[in-house]
Parts: sequence; structure tokens; C-alpha cells
Amino acid sequence: MDEIDRALIVATQGGLPLVCEPYHALGEQLGLPDQEVMRRLQALVDSGVIRRIGAVPNHYAIGWTANGMTVWDVADELVDALGAKIGALPFVTHCYRRPRALPAWPYNLFAMVHGSSREECSAKAGEIRSLLGDACRANDILYSTKILKKTGLRIGA
Amino acid sequence: MRELDAVDREIIAKMQGDFPICARPYAALATKIGITEDELLVRLGALLNDKVLTRFGPMYQIERMGGAFVLAALAAPEARYDEVTALVNALPQVAHNYRREHALNMWFVLATETPAGIAEAVARIEADTGLPVYAFPKEQEYFVEMKLEARV
Repeated sequence: MDEIDRALIVATQGGLPLVCEPYHALGEQLGLPDQEVMRRLQALVDSGVIRRIGAVPNHYAIGWTANGMTVWDVADELVDALGAKIGALPFVTHCYRRPRALPAWPYNLFAMVHGSSREECSAKAGEIRSLLGDACRANDILYSTKILKKTGLRIGA
Repeated sequence: MRELDAVDREIIAKMQGDFPICARPYAALATKIGITEDELLVRLGALLNDKVLTRFGPMYQIERMGGAFVLAALAAPEARYDEVTALVNALPQVAHNYRREHALNMWFVLATETPAGIAEAVARIEADTGLPVYAFPKEQEYFVEMKLEARV
């Protein structure tokens, strides 16, 4: 990562240009040869700085109208083994261990599920519940009701 | 909500994969979908414009650049919900924000270039809104892959 990589990030964090040769357009903007833009982007993908290049759909607009953040209170000594199993469920899109904030927030395991209805999400949460078994001490599901912002990363120029 | 046709659905599915890094990436992808480069560019523009797609480009993992992503939440009084939303969203460090049904009814992701930036953003939101912010940094990632096919 150097200043040129940083300039490339600032130039692309809002999106790639919708023109036939987007990497050429970026090169023009940054004063770099096309090949250099592509080489650097590929290096950022290879090193994991870029998770992927692609589009993010609005879940609601493509029919996934129920989006639930399932949250679980699982004993600390069991959470890693169980978290790995829950993350491996085909319908879980994100799964993390996070700190509790007692007494307001007793949950340390978070797993996102999506569906066309709350019933579908709730059934998926039920599958997680059975996987956790007695290790689950408390749980909840927080449905999103509105996207308030979805711009992604914005670092300063 | 706007209607999607089979080609739109195919574009949405293909665009959630790895976009090519080559001189004419849209042409390369259009060939796989079976449409022209022009049609792909027009349809992609429309999907973004209609907010069916919220973003298209590189997804950066700020942690790999020395920064941090942190999930955070607050409990906004209903009477102040819109005002608090505007105050929170005004920070460029807020990458996304969702209303959720819970006493903690606003959940947002902070993305900052340095780990210290998270504490600053949290302090700023607390000062601006007068509400306590709960930060839930990830301690362990078990799985992340957000790919959903269009169901409409």
C-alpha cells in the first residue's frame, strides 16, 4: 500500500466508471497507464484489501424483504466451535462473535438471515437454535425495517 | 418497486461474483450473459439509478489497510428518530445504517482509516445526539459471503 494505491481507493470507493474501458478511465483520472491500474487492483484483490469487485444489491428490491439479525448468548468456551458451524449453514450470510454489553445486550454471536417473509427468517433462526441446543442461553431476532444509509466505505482524499 | 426481467436477474447474479480486471471488462461479462456490452452498461446504469443495486465497484476491507470496521447501535427516541438519523448519517465514517425493531433501534457500521477513528466517531455521535452508542467490534469472523439471487 502506497500513496498511489490510496489514490486508487479514493477514486474507486464510490464505484467503477460505467464506460467500456473503466480501468483506462481511472488511469486518465490518476495519470497512470491502464496496465498499472489493472496490476495494482489485481494486487489489492490478491492481498485481500479488496474483498471482491462487484455489485451490492438492495435486498428489498430483489425480493428479500425480510432481513433478520439473529443474536445469541452462547457460553464463551463454546462460541467459537458453534460459530464456525453456524457460519457454515448455507443460508447465513454473515456470522461473527462480538462483545456483550451487559446488562442491555447479553448476546455474543451474530448471524444474518434473509427471506421473502419473516416466517422464512424465523424458520432459519429455528435451525440455528437447534444447532446451538443447550448452549443457547438467550436469543433474539432484529428485523431491519428500513435502509437508512448504504454508501459503503468513504476515506478522505 | 420496479420490475426486473430475466436479463436483469442474470446481471444481478453475475455482478455479485468477481468482476473482471481486463481492458474491456463489461464486454467480457456481457458475453457470458449473452447480451452486448452496450446493453449491459445501460441496464447496469438503470439498476444503480433505480437503487436495485446500491453500489458497484471494489469492496474494500479497511482492516487490511490498517483501519477498522465496527458495528454500533443506539436507542433513538421515536420522536427524534429522523433527526438522529440525519446526525448519524452525516458522518462519512458511517458506511451503512439500518433501522431495526428493538430497543436498540438504529444499527450502523463505522469504517475508519485508523482504529482510533472508531472511538472518535463514537464520541462525535454521542456528542451530536446526546445518546449513548454501543460498539460491537467483531472479535471473530466465522463467515461472510453476501450473495443473494433476485427473487422478483
